[in-house]
Amino acid sequence: MAELIVYGLVLGSIISLGAIGLTLVYGIIRFANFAHGDFLSAGAYIALFLVTGLLAWIGVPDNTFGAISIGWRMLIAFPVSMLIVGCVAIVLDRTLYRKLRLKRSGPVIFAMSSLGAAFILRMIIYILWGADSLFYRPGVLRPAILLPLGIKIRPDQILIVLVVCLLISSLHLFLQRTKMGKAMRATADNMELARVSGIDTERIIIWTWGIGGALAAAGGILYGIDVQLQPDMGWKFLIPLFAATILGGIGNMYGALVGGLVIGVVQQVSTAFLLPTYKPAVAFMVMIIILLIRPKGIFGGKKE
Amino acid sequence: MTILSAQDITAGYTAVNILHGVNLRLESGEIASIIGPNGAGKSTLLKTIFGILVPRQGKVILKDEDITGLRPDKVARKGISYVPQVSNVFPSLTIQENLEMGAFIRTDDYSQRLQEVYDLFPVLRGRKKDRSGQLSGGQRQMVAMGRALMVDPDVLLLDEPSAGLAPLLVADIFEKIREINATGVSMIIVEQNAREALKMAHHGFVLAMGRNVLDDKGKALLANEEIGRLYLGG
Repeated sequence: MAELIVYGLVLGSIISLGAIGLTLVYGIIRFANFAHGDFLSAGAYIALFLVTGLLAWIGVPDNTFGAISIGWRMLIAFPVSMLIVGCVAIVLDRTLYRKLRLKRSGPVIFAMSSLGAAFILRMIIYILWGADSLFYRPGVLRPAILLPLGIKIRPDQILIVLVVCLLISSLHLFLQRTKMGKAMRATADNMELARVSGIDTERIIIWTWGIGGALAAAGGILYGIDVQLQPDMGWKFLIPLFAATILGGIGNMYGALVGGLVIGVVQQVSTAFLLPTYKPAVAFMVMIIILLIRPKGIFGGKKE
Repeated sequence: MTILSAQDITAGYTAVNILHGVNLRLESGEIASIIGPNGAGKSTLLKTIFGILVPRQGKVILKDEDITGLRPDKVARKGISYVPQVSNVFPSLTIQENLEMGAFIRTDDYSQRLQEVYDLFPVLRGRKKDRSGQLSGGQRQMVAMGRALMVDPDVLLLDEPSAGLAPLLVADIFEKIREINATGVSMIIVEQNAREALKMAHHGFVLAMGRNVLDDKGKALLANEEIGRLYLGG
């Protein structure tokens, strides 16, 4: 059981990365982006292209660092992929969602459009990489470290949690300390007042999409390192992402962080009683229960 | 000298116009109060001046510059500030952060100005790190006005600053408005509390059904029997 909880925290930290992006975007433009899961896949596959394609081709060495399964190639591919997916998110907003905003489209139109965007992203991945599961480093199984309580954990999993901690602390500092970060929070609070204060809210929206996309890409890559890459991985993440977001209170970044960890742990622990294939169903159940008993989430979210 | 004027403004949120050719003029250093019954278009006029609403017809001139239809975040850079009636603070931000957002467009060191705003509203100084969403109505109004003052504006637009406040606090807020005006800030104030608004106004504008009814010196309007009967409650 202790081991399942630890694995749950690893999975949960990845869910948190996606959920934070989802909740930031919701906080600013009040819209649930169903394409967010596929930002995770896009990030994972762009990193795959860089690691096994481009960076291999230009001759970046293939060796790995110590006990972990990543090396120079991934070290470069990771931030580059985050950057690219951040740009993809921004382009999607500029070419699609912004047009709908200007037309004052209803929530159903936004939902269907983002669902469409999700399909397009996923199909592009199917076309380029096929339907098989892929790995960043095929056939390499690193030995696990034995922790107290009989917990076996791979060095990669420790690395994943550390990377998530680093990204989330950076985001926290950005939001709390920098002028741009504070303006982002102000815009999420009250967009009209932000405009009245001289904040260019369109620029804030661009930043928000960029950060959301980049964090999702990071989550996708980390999942790829931990497990494997599948074209529908992001799609499968969508329900846990929404469950985590709702659990933490929609629009609340710190809630999404905790929500992600809770959903991760609940999903992993459920495998002690249920088949692992039921994991998304477990997340869905948690989401429904929260919506029924505490729709504003455990920490309370943004008021509509 | 006229610092701001709205000329022949026709505007509305939907196809239906709320304002029908309204005129307003603010002299430098003065307070202009807009009074009138509910639905007269008082708040709509302020929103149109600040660019939140684009007029279908008419012009907004600030210091000889035509700012008609300019986006609010651009208008904010012209030395004019606006305090909306409701949702006028960032609730999840601290008091200090609200004031910092007021200074968002400033690239210079505004710590001096921050102290001046805290001097004007000393009760805020002790609660710098409190989220403004937790504050009482009166303190919220102070944060809202403080935020707008951070840019050291030439013109301040106040929409119903006394709305929803206890009578004791209303007197307080009006006193602060006089203090701010005394530092040279020209103001346009929309008020339900018409008698008080006219008392401190140099000039008053009466609106009804989206049209100018009358405008005159504040004192003259207070003395006008018909205005008293129609808009000042007897």
